[in-house]
Amino acid sequence: MIFNSPALSYSLLAPILIILAGALIGVLIEAFVGKARRPVVQLSVALGSLVLALVQVIRIRNLSSTTAAMGSVVIDGPGLLFQCAILIVAVISIFLIADQDNFTSSAAALPGSDEERQATQSGTVLTEIYPLTLFAVAGMLLFPIASDLITLFVALEVLSLPLYLMAGLSRHRRLASQEAALKYFLLGAFSSAFFLFGAAYLYGYAGTVSFAGIHAALVGGTGNDVILLLGIAFVAIGLLFKVGAVPFHAWSPDVYQGAPTPITGFMAAATKVAAFGAMLRLFYTVLAEAQWQWRPFFMVIAIITMIFGSLVAISQRDVKRMLAYSSIAHAGFLLTGVIALNKAGLEASIYYLFAYGVATVGAFGIVTLVRDSSGEVSDLNRWAGLGKRSPWVASAFAFFLLAFAGIPLTSGFIGKFAIFSAAYESGATAVVIVGVLSSVIAAFFYIRVIVLMFFTDATEDGTSVVIPSILTRLTILISLVITVALGVFPSPLLDFIKPLAIFIR
Amino acid sequence: MNSANYLYLSALLFTIGAVGVVIRRNAIVVFMCVELMLNAANLSFVTFSRINGNLDGQIVAFFTMVVAACEVVVGLAIIVTIYRSRRSASVDDANLLKR
Repeated sequence: MIFNSPALSYSLLAPILIILAGALIGVLIEAFVGKARRPVVQLSVALGSLVLALVQVIRIRNLSSTTAAMGSVVIDGPGLLFQCAILIVAVISIFLIADQDNFTSSAAALPGSDEERQATQSGTVLTEIYPLTLFAVAGMLLFPIASDLITLFVALEVLSLPLYLMAGLSRHRRLASQEAALKYFLLGAFSSAFFLFGAAYLYGYAGTVSFAGIHAALVGGTGNDVILLLGIAFVAIGLLFKVGAVPFHAWSPDVYQGAPTPITGFMAAATKVAAFGAMLRLFYTVLAEAQWQWRPFFMVIAIITMIFGSLVAISQRDVKRMLAYSSIAHAGFLLTGVIALNKAGLEASIYYLFAYGVATVGAFGIVTLVRDSSGEVSDLNRWAGLGKRSPWVASAFAFFLLAFAGIPLTSGFIGKFAIFSAAYESGATAVVIVGVLSSVIAAFFYIRVIVLMFFTDATEDGTSVVIPSILTRLTILISLVITVALGVFPSPLLDFIKPLAIFIR
Repeated sequence: MNSANYLYLSALLFTIGAVGVVIRRNAIVVFMCVELMLNAANLSFVTFSRINGNLDGQIVAFFTMVVAACEVVVGLAIIVTIYRSRRSASVDDANLLKR
């Protein structure tokens, strides 16, 4: 028996390999570097590998290849743009994650036990968070460029498993945080089982797991249509769960609320980019010929997701839950980009994902700042009058909310406009009408928070804005600058995306 | 023997798993039901591999086993932590996060 060694083009795979190497070094640092120096060393390794990977992605931006890893991944313009967006979001959030105040000092200790108190007093910090973040980022980088079902499934798990753990590491309200981890894990595993079952049926239909093979079988059209439909439906359920579309959204408000806020921001932004990247590739390239089977289904999902997310967000009294429902509504807006199924839709989705991701990390960065003696205050009523006490923080938050709402001169407006006009071009008029209407509903609750912060009198209940550390300040400033820049000068990025946004098969 | 029967069996196992996830209350049992669903998917892969006459499906089955093992590590860690802090692994007791 002869084994041939696989031909890998390392320079094209380098971004993922750099991140994985950084994560493994991080695990070694946990074992061999002294406690006192660990946080600094871990942060530099994590930041260094993210930046190196970003530089490498930018260097290879004009290359494309379907054989980079024996047909398991495909390197092309959209894939590299998604990787770029994920890495930028990860760089911004790593500063927020580095602000160790948000994580428990000892994840294994019982909440409220002496062991936990001792660990906190001795100044122990949880540095395992960095390798976990890097492993999740590696999975996210692989997810949108995967071009067979095995790679797609493995990438899905590599990105999810660290996130399940990270959701349970909050310092304050640890029971709620552990509960969030449990819910995220059980529902996440449930949805990956659906995904895998669907993948089995796609394989059964096409006789191969590669995307190109499935596409060829679809074009040939000789297979069993029932098997194909089951496959598409179950794979779609798995992916829709990851982006939090209704009716697969049940986990997201609880997890957003319970997880440590920096992790919520990172997860909300980066997972969305990765999952929509994979979804766009799958439905634009592989299943485009079966659009009569899945587009009506997706239109219904998009419509109920947009309406449900916007309506339920209105009644939320907790800022993290409100942002969770707003992210559900945004998942609906992004689904219109998948439905559009044209080049404009792809460009708009990439722009939207990047703009939304950056603004999300910034908004959650600000949520970490509003505290009382027992930790973060996420009850919206206690945010009243924040604009009078700390005008800068409140204005920044207001700006991110306006970007979410899609007010002109913010990045959100350009994204929404582009994605809706692409969907309109493709003839999905009903979806666009519902989209515009639910944007109006959504604008209502974003503006309500702004009114609450600036035009309501504060109650004296010990809620205050802490002076942000230099790291948190970096996160918020970078997100703010990018959001403003994308809103005022969107054309450089749009022009950058345009020639690159072509999927290759 | 007709290989379609294995597909029916796998669909049945998958359904039992999915129903179990929805109606069982103990986190460990819910998790076992998820594992049952993964194994049902594995059985489908192997059956389709036989029907299609190539080995891709069997390779996927190996990958699934590895991934399922990783999931057990992470999942049990989370379930054990929550059991230690609450003395209960019931998913109904986990209800702090409601508004």
